[in-house]
Amino acid sequence: MACFIVPTLEAIATTAATRAVRRRELASLPAEQAAATGQPAESGSAKSEAVIPFSRKLGWLNKLLWGGSALLAFEHVWHGEVVPWFPFLTAAADPSDRAAMLHEMATVGVSMALLVTAAWGFMLLAAHVLEKRSNRAQADADLTRSQAGGLS
Amino acid sequence: MTLLVTVFAAIISTVIWYKHAPQDELKMGTLSLIYWGASLMWLVDAIFEFAELKSAYFNPAPADLLNELFLGLSVTALGLLIWLAILLLKDPRGVVRQALKRSAKPQ
Repeated sequence: MACFIVPTLEAIATTAATRAVRRRELASLPAEQAAATGQPAESGSAKSEAVIPFSRKLGWLNKLLWGGSALLAFEHVWHGEVVPWFPFLTAAADPSDRAAMLHEMATVGVSMALLVTAAWGFMLLAAHVLEKRSNRAQADADLTRSQAGGLS
Repeated sequence: MTLLVTVFAAIISTVIWYKHAPQDELKMGTLSLIYWGASLMWLVDAIFEFAELKSAYFNPAPADLLNELFLGLSVTALGLLIWLAILLLKDPRGVVRQALKRSAKPQ
């Protein structure tokens, strides 16, 4: 009926959060680097450490939520549940349908938002593991190189 | 059926993204995330529907099946249109910008 509204609201919130995080990441960069790239570069505490900026990771969630909500909204148009005139949701016009619609938003809509966010959580976890593995490999390579240099 | 079509679209776009990674000039990552987002949402929809209909969920009427197939294909086309709009607006290869610059030059 209107389950797509819940992930859409989450998408609005995460998009605003992404902008705020990106602004903070840009502010922490050296001025010339920020001006050159226009977006936060791969950052890290050590010179050799590569970390994906959090704003980019939030961007993945934005795409999942906006994309899913847009396609789901189209499905609702297809089934005649969303119309181009006020109140835009056919279920919102009738009080008994309105209760069913709110129930669906609270159950199906919230579950959709939670599942997408959980999937994004798994993506973050996988990215974290890959970053760690890559940094460890880089550190090993640096150590081998420095030992070889010390021997010669 | 809509869920199935969207999942296939998500898998195909992810495989194409992976084949060209780390280069993502065509923004296939964005397309795959659009389809995965929709697939996850339809999965939840399917679970709730299954809880309500039980085994009848797997025996849809042929007319419903056809309607769902059309919907799945339409949704896939809409996903491609959204991706195309993002690709042309972001223009990672600068093709649109170059074409506009060329056409703006005085003859």
